[in-house]
Amino acid sequence: MRELSLNVLDIAENSIAAGAARIDISLTLNENLLEISIKDNGCGMSGDFLARVADPFTTSRTTRRVGVGIPFFKMAAEMTGGGFRIESKEGEGTEIAAVFDIESVDFMPMGDIGDTLGALVMHAPDTEFTLRIDVRGNVCEFCTAEIKEILDGLPIDAPEVISFIKSTVKENFDSINGGIIP
Amino acid sequence: MKSIEELKAIKARMQAEINTRDASTDADTRIVVGMATCGIAAGARPVLNAFLEEVRNKRLSGVRVTQTGCLGMCKLEPMVEVFVPGKEKVTYVKVTADAARKIVADHIVNGSVVNEYVITNV
Repeated sequence: MRELSLNVLDIAENSIAAGAARIDISLTLNENLLEISIKDNGCGMSGDFLARVADPFTTSRTTRRVGVGIPFFKMAAEMTGGGFRIESKEGEGTEIAAVFDIESVDFMPMGDIGDTLGALVMHAPDTEFTLRIDVRGNVCEFCTAEIKEILDGLPIDAPEVISFIKSTVKENFDSINGGIIP
Repeated sequence: MKSIEELKAIKARMQAEINTRDASTDADTRIVVGMATCGIAAGARPVLNAFLEEVRNKRLSGVRVTQTGCLGMCKLEPMVEVFVPGKEKVTYVKVTADAARKIVADHIVNGSVVNEYVITNV
């Protein structure tokens, strides 16, 4: 992975696969520590699976017995001296969060979070997504429910709407971030 | 939010167009991009974006861009399957954003498969 937003896409794709009706993504920068959290109300994991989930030889997929999505995300955080946590309850949902030191030479650039959100909404138009960005107290929030309210029954996954979501999220992120998070 | 007005304008355009065609059906052409960890790491997101932008820019109706998980051959990612009604499925491998634009222009619009990216030819 070359961007953290690709990791976010990958982790949130698991939330979609878990049948989540709602996925909350947050990026929070406090001083030099960036926490990225992805929380869903999907099917959750059993205690046994949860205990093994950061092991690359654990996976929910059926084409291979190797799964590196969560290990990649964890590694990207730990390389910066940060950390990783995961909480999950079967039938309730999962929250995955990682903390990164943005000053570390090993900090992977954030990349385009707008593209990530666009791809997610396109994949799961019925799922509600929220994105909260907090850069040292400057906050902006985005939610698909607001967009759907304006669209009033028209499809949110229409190409024009997805383009709108991508550019809106990217512009909001850039203006709040002001180049602080690389 | 940046521009609710902009979204409302998009909505008005969509409403004007919606009468000209029915909702998506089985008769649609489908472009399916593999978006598991392997696909994403190999560059599937810009490929997905390129397909979406081309479909939007060319205002193609009856074409849907969708996503799936791992297609089973991770080293050939990004992989894309194209389903044209009445034709056999075409599987493209090692697709780039430029290749995606070519696939839309040649295969989706003009009906001629882009052989250099077809799985059997790579």
